[in-house]
Amino acid sequence: MKHTPFTQKHISLGAKMVEFAGYNMPISYSGINEEHAAVRRNAGVFDVSHMGEFILKGENALELIQRVTSNDASKLIAGHAQYSCLPNEKGGIVDDLLVYCIEENKVYMLVVNASNIEKDWNWISRHNSKKVEMHNISDKTCLLAVQGPNATRILQQLTDIDILNLKYYTFVKGKFAGIDNVLISATGYTGAGGVEIYFENAGDAADKIWDAIFKAGEAEGIKPIGLAARDTLRLEMGYCLYGNDIDDVTSPLEAGLGWITKFNKEFTAREILENQKKEGIQKKLVGFEMIDRGIPRHGYEIKDQMGAAIGVVTSGTQSPTLGKAIGMGYVRTAYAAIDTPIFIKVRDKLLQAKVAKIPFS
Amino acid sequence: MNNPENLRYTKDHEWVSIQDKTATIGITDFAQRELGDIVYVEVETIGKSLAAGAVFGTVEAVKTVSDLFLPVSGTITELNPDLANTPELVNTDPYGRGWMIRMTVDNPADVSNLLDAKGYESVTG
Repeated sequence: MKHTPFTQKHISLGAKMVEFAGYNMPISYSGINEEHAAVRRNAGVFDVSHMGEFILKGENALELIQRVTSNDASKLIAGHAQYSCLPNEKGGIVDDLLVYCIEENKVYMLVVNASNIEKDWNWISRHNSKKVEMHNISDKTCLLAVQGPNATRILQQLTDIDILNLKYYTFVKGKFAGIDNVLISATGYTGAGGVEIYFENAGDAADKIWDAIFKAGEAEGIKPIGLAARDTLRLEMGYCLYGNDIDDVTSPLEAGLGWITKFNKEFTAREILENQKKEGIQKKLVGFEMIDRGIPRHGYEIKDQMGAAIGVVTSGTQSPTLGKAIGMGYVRTAYAAIDTPIFIKVRDKLLQAKVAKIPFS
Repeated sequence: MNNPENLRYTKDHEWVSIQDKTATIGITDFAQRELGDIVYVEVETIGKSLAAGAVFGTVEAVKTVSDLFLPVSGTITELNPDLANTPELVNTDPYGRGWMIRMTVDNPADVSNLLDAKGYESVTG
């Protein structure tokens, strides 16, 4: 099992540790509901150093990114990032990722899911016909997500860079907590605001930055947050989780990711996806909330009023913020409209639910 | 681990307290910690006569769901009514206000065959 530079911090804070994507990661500290609320209302720190980072460099870097991703990276100017995905040849999804433009037409950083680092690296390498310089910097890159309405105010104490006014999906690089070359990005997976901080694991940088953040946020009551609350936070927002809601056989259009699928350029499976768009998709990822009491879980069947199968649950939980059970799942397109009654098979019972707008409210 | 000495335990992480033929059953402190924040306890077997080891309900936590196993044979008579609105009692007071069911046991001697606190602690390590 791999460790992040913060593993000892988590253990000494009493975190419950689990193996996730080959890494020893904190699943929770004080409890999911408490951690979840801390991020929604205040500020929390996630160690997500298990995520993968690739640097693509050189004059053909952008062209390679354009060919392997679905979004239009040519729109990116330096200091901007975009959400995108890597489609496979059949129109499924190899992974979803963030593309950072470090230097226009020259240097890009791709941030990928921990469980897909090797798969993505091999996939992109296979398409790298023009010998773009590629570096897998995952093992030496630390990533802390500091999220919540008070996150940037707390972090501003640690740097001269203006992070309070950093626009969504933009980033800056500079000195943070005494460490040079820290990349601060106004992104996240919680919908609560805040930033993600990337830096090289060199010397005592990891300890210094972790300690500085908790010291700066002490008065505000900043908390460490585990992966369990990360999941409930993203699910309330309706953000897809790779392996749950999207995978090698789901199409970005079915997953509601049409907004990051741009047909003004060539990319893998463009024709298949463009056809899907023209002809319409058969199933669609929707949000739903339970009416009957019960919690939907990944893999549960979705049925219609007559008990006929119409889809499958991909994610589900009790929403800590809303106090009701919510989920996402694929349903046949005819059942995708908001408020459509659907039924979730929970163990041997059919429980009523209805299609709901995401983000959930 | 703070498991009361006066209770009996199963390797499925349930505890049993018995008085005459009436047993009170809940899940252990270890179990509630492993499950995390509990949001729903579902028991639809009240009045049913069930054998030891039968699934008598489920406990839903935010992240996971787990079956509840009957420690001894008997008939379930009551579900803790407080859990309907405050399932978190299982987390905050697993051996007290977070009890789950009461049952009439077929053979009270079955209870003494369950693990004692020390035996249970060797299960949880």
